[in-house]
Parts: sequence; structure tokens; C-alpha cells
Amino acid sequence: MQKRTLLKGAVAALALAASPAFAESHGGEKTKVGFVYVGPITDGGWTQGHHHSATEMLKELGEDNVEMVYQENVAEGPDSERVMTQMALDGADIIFTTSFGFMDPTINVAAKFPDVKFEHATGYKTAPNVSVYSARFYEGRAIQGTIAGQMTKSNVVGYIGSVPIPEVIRGINSAYIHAKKVNPDVQFKIVWIYDWLDPAKEADAAKVLIEQGADVILQHTDSTAPLAIAKEAGNVIGFGQASDMYEYAPSPRVSSIIDNWAPYYTARVKAVMDGTWETTNTWDGIGPGMVGIGEITDAVPADVKAQAEEMKAAIAAGTYHPFTGPLKKQDGSDWLAEGEVADDGTLAGMNFYVEGIEGDIPQ
Amino acid sequence: MIRLEKRAQPSKVWTYATPLLAVVLTMLAGGLLFAALGKDPVLAIRTIFYEPLFGQHASFYLPQLLVKAAPLVLIAIGLSLGFRAGIWNIGAEGQYIIGALCGAGVGLAFYPTESVLIFPLMVIAGGLGGWAWAMIPAILKTRFGTNEILVSLMLVYVAEKLLIGMSLGLMKNPEGFGFPGSRNLAHYPSATSWIDQSLGLHWGVAAALIAVIAAYILLTRHMLGFNIRLAGQAPRAARFSGVNPNRLVVFCLGTSGALAGLAGLFEVAGPTGSVTDSFNVGYGFTAIIVAFLGRLHPVGILLAALLMSLTYIGGGIAQSQSELQLPAAAIQLFQGMLLFFLLATDLLTNYRLRLTRGATA
Repeated sequence: MQKRTLLKGAVAALALAASPAFAESHGGEKTKVGFVYVGPITDGGWTQGHHHSATEMLKELGEDNVEMVYQENVAEGPDSERVMTQMALDGADIIFTTSFGFMDPTINVAAKFPDVKFEHATGYKTAPNVSVYSARFYEGRAIQGTIAGQMTKSNVVGYIGSVPIPEVIRGINSAYIHAKKVNPDVQFKIVWIYDWLDPAKEADAAKVLIEQGADVILQHTDSTAPLAIAKEAGNVIGFGQASDMYEYAPSPRVSSIIDNWAPYYTARVKAVMDGTWETTNTWDGIGPGMVGIGEITDAVPADVKAQAEEMKAAIAAGTYHPFTGPLKKQDGSDWLAEGEVADDGTLAGMNFYVEGIEGDIPQ
Repeated sequence: MIRLEKRAQPSKVWTYATPLLAVVLTMLAGGLLFAALGKDPVLAIRTIFYEPLFGQHASFYLPQLLVKAAPLVLIAIGLSLGFRAGIWNIGAEGQYIIGALCGAGVGLAFYPTESVLIFPLMVIAGGLGGWAWAMIPAILKTRFGTNEILVSLMLVYVAEKLLIGMSLGLMKNPEGFGFPGSRNLAHYPSATSWIDQSLGLHWGVAAALIAVIAAYILLTRHMLGFNIRLAGQAPRAARFSGVNPNRLVVFCLGTSGALAGLAGLFEVAGPTGSVTDSFNVGYGFTAIIVAFLGRLHPVGILLAALLMSLTYIGGGIAQSQSELQLPAAAIQLFQGMLLFFLLATDLLTNYRLRLTRGATA
């Protein structure tokens, strides 16, 4: 009994002694957070989404505790390596690099600054101080496909592909599978622009697709240019990508996939502040809120809207997986048996179209 | 009322003074721009020009200056030869890409063999690749009289498509989980162009310095250099003195292509490391600005490339420091001002300003 109280007392004393020291070490200096962006923060899509989430994180944790720096328009390659090094030298505690092409530079710089934490979006290389994170955008694509398949009158859906990496292929497959489910006659036309953000090329791609009869345009590129073209063309609809792009609602923008990185950024910066940061590989979807579905406007008939929202709820609850068998690959070979669900490994490296999609993945 | 009067001879003093004047004017106008954005103008200018050279982390930024300037110098030196002779290679970006592809192709073909011969072979392949790509507009011009500006520029887009094709197909890293991009040559000891990464030294930096010296000797001490200058300043006189214009076209386009190809090879085997769809970042076009900023003079080009690199690196610092956080667009505007003021003050080299009285307008 006595022993116990003694122990308790000692613990209390330790805690007392420790707590002011703890408060001091964090009260004195702010946690410095760096963001490296591939595009301008006003691109209306990908980079704007990241920057918006970053500022939300700042609001959540408070400017008294966090200092945020960023650099926009950073070219992939040696420039990005310099920018990351520069942030690390300037005392950043954690650096988020938000483009796939920053992968090798992130790994290189991280090796030189073992005390700085790095977070790379959409890549696959990790290290003791490098985590990776991405979102299950394909969940949002399933909902888009469901709407697109029923909205198209010409049965031609246009798809603007950016760079043929697994993330983009997954999106095309997911959208196609679900469009086909609600409209067996649907056909996808895919144009690759080999860029994530290039309003001129995106606009050209949208025009080409519309000329080929598409009346629904899906995009995996970052600007609002395709929506602007859809608006010009009249009876063509599209979806917001990465950011809500609500300025084009209620039509042509009938819904959107919104990247919501704010909860993740907040949690990761908090982990650095608490000293609990660890290397992780995060891949979250609609359920945890990393993928948001923007308001489905009244341009979509009520029954279609209800169906889309039902699917969203099912995916969020984990009762429905967008890649559920029976599914075949484009070449007709079996992929998933009846009721079988795709594993994350296959999805992460997906390099094939599902049965029914025409054309080849560029290589 | 101010009147312009043409000088009989370009002013020696102003030739050297205008670049300095342009930098000062850029600082003033840039300062006003930054102040209008609500940023501390003195701090902004100081960050851009002082921080990379003498600031706290200069030991990191100085080598970066070399890394950034090396490809610009190599390409601009080649371009300046043609520009002096009135031969306009606008497609250095394409020759840069093809040089990188050819050089990287050789390196990747030998992976993972280690041999001292691999890197020299890559250098030869890179130079030849750029040369061959530049030979297309050269031959079309000499044989069929096509416009080299258009042909070389269009070939940039062809080269970009080839780059995408290679990074998605033939050169794709087999261990890259289906993602585009080749193996990292910087991590392949026999193929890397790095000499010492912490000093910013790679073979491209060495090649750039050699190119500056070689171009200087060529232009001042060699008959071919004289012919190049003559062809540019007095084409008819050049014709009469027996200069073969076709041979000059082939030489100038070929040299600039080979140098751009080398720049691409050194870049892909070092600072960039791998062939990816986003490998080229516009050095081939920026080099055109550098060539003119440096007055088409080898030493001028060297200084101009360093100045451009300084604004890139300093501009980057000014962007990402929380007390400044300048927008990227403001930095680009600032760089644009520099070029604008340089071209504007260039007027003083060839013209004299005269104040006249009594003008009634």
C-alpha cells in the first residue's frame, strides 16, 4: 500500500516536472510545415485542392502552433529537389510533396534530412521519414459512371486522361464498369493529353470528344477548361475534378469528385507535434472523407440522383466495392469471379482496361 | 522633348553599362511591384539576389546555381553561333530531349554492367542524337529551302511525343510498378554524370565551361568564326568572299544541336536522373533568352545564365519564405522585367538621347 502511494507520488512528480518542459519545447517554436505544389494554387483543381486543405489544416491547428510555407509551380525533376532542400534548410519539420513526379526527389532529399518528415502524394516509395498518401478516387468514379451512363443520349462518354498511370486507369475502369451497368450501349472515347494541367490541351481534348459525339465529358485533368468547352457546346455535361468547380453548376457541372486532404494533413502535422509520426501508407476513400462527392445538381433526374447517393452510402459504409466480380479484362480473360473483390495490390498497379473499353493504354 | 540620334559606332561604354543598368531598373520596378503586393520590397530584392549568394545557406545554393546554369550555357552557346550568322534554331528543346533519350538509351541498355566505357559512350550518343535531330531542319533548308525556324520548332513537339512514348514504353523501369519513367541513372555508378553532387559538379558543368572557351576562341581567332560573324552582318559580302552558306547552316545547326543534345544527356544522367514524361522543363527555350541576354558573346552568355539561375533560385526562396510568400506569377513577372529592361536599355548602345528645346507638339 505504502509502496503504491510512493510510486503514485513519484509518477505525479515526474509528470509535473515533465509537463512544463513539454509545454516549453512546443510553446517556444512553431511546427513548420512545407507544401510543394506542381501547379499554381489557383488552378481550380488539384493544386487548389491541396492548398485549400493546407489552409484548413492551419486553421484547425492554429497559426500560433503551425507555420506554413509553400511554393507553387514547381517543375518535377531537379527544381523540385532544390525546393524541398530549401524548405528543409529553412527549418521545415514536415514537407508535403503533392505530385507523382516528386517521388524520386522526395526520396533523395529525405535521405539527406533524416530529422525532417516527408509526405509524398500518389507515389509508392517510402522510407523511415517518408510516408505516402493517396485517395481512392475510383470510388468517386463509380458514382460518376452511374450518372454518366444514364445522362448520355448519344451513348458516347468522353474521357480526358492525363498520364497513363494506374490511378488514372483505375478511374477509367471504374467509371466504365458503372456506366455500362446502367446503360449497356454506352461507349467510352478516351483522349490522353500526357499532362495533369494544361488548359489549352484539355480544351482541345474536350472539343475533339464532343465532335466525336460525346455528350458527357469526364476528366482526370486539373483545370476547368473542359467544363468551359462543355458549357459553350450546350447539351454537354461534365464533372468537377479535384476541386468542386461549382462555378459551372448546375450545368454543365452536375457533380464532382472533391479531394479533401484536410483531415489527413491535420492528423499528420499533429503527429509531428506530438512526436508520434510514423511512416505510413494511406489510401483512403469516401468513408474516411478523403474523397468527397460534390452536390449532385438538379440537372440530374431525381431517380438517377437517388441511385448515385445510394451507391455513395454503400461505398462509404464498406458494403459495396466498385471492383466487384464478375469482371473480365479487355482481352477477355477472367479477372474477378462472381462476388470477388479486387485486392489493393492489383488496384495499385492496375495496367489493364476492363472488358468493353476500346483502344489501348498508351505505352 | 527627347530625340534619338543614331550613333556612328555602338557605344563601348553602354555595351557594358546597359546590363547593369537593366538589373538596377529591374530592382526598382520589381520593388514597386512587390510593394504594391504588400510585401517588403527591400527584403524581397535582398532575398532574390543576396540570399542564394551570401545568405545563411549559400553553401547549398551556390552549387545549385551551377546545376541550373550548366544546361542553359551549353545550349545558349550553340544557339549563339547560329544567331550570329542569321540561322535560327528555335528547336533546341527538341534536340535536348533527343540527346537525353539517345544517351540514356545507351546507359539503360548496359544496365547493370559496370564499366568506365559506358559514360563516354553515352556522351557520344547524346551529342550525336542532338546533332541528328538538328540535321533534319539543316538538310531540309539546304536542299529544299524550308524555313529552319518552323521545322526546328515543330520537331520539338515530335521529340516530346517520343519522350512520352519512351517513358511509357521502351525505357519504362521494369521495377516501377507500371508507373512511367525509366530507371534512375543517377543511382547507376557507371552512367551518372555527377562528379560531386554536394558541390553541384557534374560533367555538364565542365562541358559548359569548355564550350564557353571553345566558342570564344572560334569567334575571335578562327576563320570559321569570322565567316559566321560576316554572314550575319553582311550576307552579300560573305557570299563574295567565298563563304558557302549551306555549309554554314549545317555547321551552325549541327553544333547547336549537338550541344543541346549533350546538355540533355548530362541532365538526364545527373540532376534529373531518369527519363520521364516531364523531363524537359523548357531549358531549350530559356536558352534563347540567355543567348540574347548575353549579347551572343560566350562570356556574356555565361554571366547571363548565372543571372537567370539566380533569379530562379532566389525567386524560389522568396516564394517559400513565410514572411514573404511571393506568388509564383510575381517572380515570373520580375524575370520578364529583367529581359524587358535589358532590351530597352540596349537602345542606348546604338542611339544617343538628345534633349531638344522649343518643340511644339
